[in-house]
Amino acid sequence: MTPRSTPLITPLGTPLTTPLRRIVAVAAAAALVAAACGDDAPDEETDPADLAGRTVTLVAYDSFPVADTTLNEALDAFGDETGIDVEILSAGDTGSMVSKAVLTAGNPEGDVLWGIDNTFLSRALDADVFEPYESPAAAAIPAALREIAPGGEVTPVDVGDVCLNYDIAWFEDNDVEPPSTLDDLLSEEYADLLVVQNPATSSPGLAFLLATIATYGEDGWTDYWAALRDNGVEVVEGWTEAYYERFTWAGGGPRPLVVSYGSSPPAEVIFADPPRDDAPTGVVEASCFRQVEFAGVLRGTDEPEAARALLDFLVSETFQAELPLNLFVHPTNADVELPAEFVEHAVVPEDPLTVDPDLIETNRSAWIDEWTGIVLG
Amino acid sequence: MDRDRPRLTEPAPSRAAAIGSPGRLPRHTIVALAAVPVVFLVVFYAWPFATLLHRALGLDALGATLTRRRTWDVAWFTLWQAVASTALTLLAGLAPAYVVARYRFPGRRLLVGLLTAVFVLPTVVVGAALLAVLPASLERGVVAILAAHVVFNLAVVVRVVGVAWEHLPADLEGAAATLGASSTRVLRYVTLPLLRPAITAAGSIVFLFTFTSFGVIRILGTAGTATIEVEVWRRATQLGEIGDAAVLTLVQLVVLAAILGWATSSQRRHGRALAMRPVAERRPPRTAGQRSFVGITAGLTATVVLVPLGALVARSFRGAEGFSVAAWRDLGRTEVRPGIRLGIDPIDALVRSLQTAAWATLFAVVVGALAALAIAATGRSGRLLDAGVMLPIGTSAVTIGFGMLITFDTPPFDWRASWWLVPVGHALVAVPFVVRTTLSVLRSVSGRLVEAAATLGASPTRAWRAVVVPALWRPLVVAAGLATAISLGEFGATSFLSRSGSETLPIAIERLLGRTGTLLQAQGFALATILAAATIVAVLVVDLAGREHGGQSRGRHGRRHEGTHRARDR
Repeated sequence: MTPRSTPLITPLGTPLTTPLRRIVAVAAAAALVAAACGDDAPDEETDPADLAGRTVTLVAYDSFPVADTTLNEALDAFGDETGIDVEILSAGDTGSMVSKAVLTAGNPEGDVLWGIDNTFLSRALDADVFEPYESPAAAAIPAALREIAPGGEVTPVDVGDVCLNYDIAWFEDNDVEPPSTLDDLLSEEYADLLVVQNPATSSPGLAFLLATIATYGEDGWTDYWAALRDNGVEVVEGWTEAYYERFTWAGGGPRPLVVSYGSSPPAEVIFADPPRDDAPTGVVEASCFRQVEFAGVLRGTDEPEAARALLDFLVSETFQAELPLNLFVHPTNADVELPAEFVEHAVVPEDPLTVDPDLIETNRSAWIDEWTGIVLG
Repeated sequence: MDRDRPRLTEPAPSRAAAIGSPGRLPRHTIVALAAVPVVFLVVFYAWPFATLLHRALGLDALGATLTRRRTWDVAWFTLWQAVASTALTLLAGLAPAYVVARYRFPGRRLLVGLLTAVFVLPTVVVGAALLAVLPASLERGVVAILAAHVVFNLAVVVRVVGVAWEHLPADLEGAAATLGASSTRVLRYVTLPLLRPAITAAGSIVFLFTFTSFGVIRILGTAGTATIEVEVWRRATQLGEIGDAAVLTLVQLVVLAAILGWATSSQRRHGRALAMRPVAERRPPRTAGQRSFVGITAGLTATVVLVPLGALVARSFRGAEGFSVAAWRDLGRTEVRPGIRLGIDPIDALVRSLQTAAWATLFAVVVGALAALAIAATGRSGRLLDAGVMLPIGTSAVTIGFGMLITFDTPPFDWRASWWLVPVGHALVAVPFVVRTTLSVLRSVSGRLVEAAATLGASPTRAWRAVVVPALWRPLVVAAGLATAISLGEFGATSFLSRSGSETLPIAIERLLGRTGTLLQAQGFALATILAAATIVAVLVVDLAGREHGGQSRGRHGRRHEGTHRARDR
């Protein structure tokens, strides 16, 4: 168990030496807080001519938009330019998607997978799910993030922090202070207010479980969850359901506290109708757990070249620039200029909670079992 | 009594009528007939089953799984909910069984038909119906599960025990009453002991179905109320722990074999002492007490079955603000938010289910018919094949699907992405029913007529072609209807074999009902309504065709078909 003082990237890869740590911190900060001086010309890595007419399937978790957003327009533009037809396959929550990818390793359901995160990564690498490919476009990604998967099986595509979000208006209307620590959630005034995701199927759910393990230690987290259960925590299968269906602000649901991302508040400003200047939701910084998501070419794809071209595009500046306002995460491409609203309202905790990746790997399924027994049993 | 009990196994053919030596087909023809079903069984059943056992017996997974507390929690829940479901179903079913067996009243046939209709519905539909009818506080959890199991399996008790009750000598009860025994004493000391074998038989069937319950639990269960089947699915597909899941299937097999072995031997020990009489005339209820008893029992039973189905349809018309046709109008759109969709397309799922059912039916009918012909043609040595084709019935659909998934994943046998894999899985579940339906007819036709044809100078092959093959089409219509119904509702094997983006109806229903949005839920209920209707149509086809061909062979088959409809994952 690593306490919260570990710098940014260590939860994800091999233990880093001290000088490297500093580089990592700087590089990741650059990726996160955004380089202000990126040039706007999109990168062109592949010769598009020979791939015209191919279809590639992008397998993604179900909160990845399949149509009608600027993210999809960017994908369409890629399609127009290269002649590659991109189809998006929604494969459930991250946990389900990864399990399915493991079961179909070598004969995949699509060509490129988007969105496996650092808490689930080792499961997929062990099962040999990906075809190693180092995209030339990945040069713009801080080396420290790329180091997480040194074999080049996957490429880091976004970084986010999984944090508790609260509905500011709800707490004002009900004259309750929003919680500021994980401990607060156990008190009477927050009874029946929180909705979380099942860590077995959802990556933010697993991240939040790891946040509690980082906070309370391997011996203390079970008591914490037992108390949380007694205080009326609600569990749903995935993020989309928790945020868009159960959360008071975004989903008109009954729960004003939800496990989401540190970058969810800017999304609420940007999509506010009517427009607004301040975020309607807040973030409990002490609950944040760092999460890096990856994309990779699936081993056994029928369209390896087109799949690689798509992966190049996914890490290109053009596409990465769409991430903050569509998936509410930080792009990994350091050349991307972050939108002002995003910079202003996104919470990037200085010391996110972390758990040693080896420890996650050894204990993930035992922890999930234990959690299931305590919270759902 | 045994003979009339609806059951899955065929009564022994009358040996005299079995294919005698004069009409025996040439050996190579028989081998050719048997080849397809044998290869089919070996490749799609035996091989995956062996792979599963091999994976389960790997030492790491075995130790880890057997020492994990959750394994035993799940096993314990599976056992006690099955015992409780069985006891409740028996309790709830005895009164209607008596009423149906002993009384003639308007709507009697309708009541029996209704119960049977529910029994053949897909498990996800019954789960959805209970979800629709229960108040929110009881929607998911053990109460909902037990209720669903009772509603689902009521038909087993009513039919199996009812048939026994019909044949019970009424004069025996009359004699006891004349000697001064009160009606409760007659029930306790005369009727129930006589019914005991039938009750045990019905109880065993219900226990088997509820112990391996999967679809109902996927819809109505919570993490704390998982059966072994559901835990196998969760471990394998959600947590990626193949070895652990394989061990759990083994645990299930062992427990099930032990319990069924015990049930069989206890049934044998308590063999019946009485020769059963022909069906006693059913009488209309005479006294006011009888009339109200019959009325209340029949009314309650019908209510228990009809209300959930009604609620299912009603819920598909419920929007955020009362009545709405939005779910039906927007059936093709599952948007959670602009741009973000659920990844399943209900219309697509409907089309895919129909296609899958068509292929599964074709596979099952071809394989089943060839197997039946081969079995009928070989007499005694066909028994091995007969036993072989019946094996999938004793194997849970989850086991079949899981085994196939982990077997066909290595080139050149990497068939995971093949369009035919799901229909083949369905066909495997359906083949035993095709064989039973076809074989019963084959056996009643072939013997004497083939002999007669042979006497008239036809070669055995020609005699078969002229006599046996034409008689096949009607049972094959029945079998096709059964296979279609089974495939439409199949959920256990499909849960493993279906790929993202190519979901069948039951999978889509489960995913939609697992969401909290009103529109998504209503769409789930709408799809469940469609699936229920499609299944009932398929079964009606069976019933009509079956009735006609039942008439042909002296009325014995109609009842058996009703008993055999139930297949599939539970």
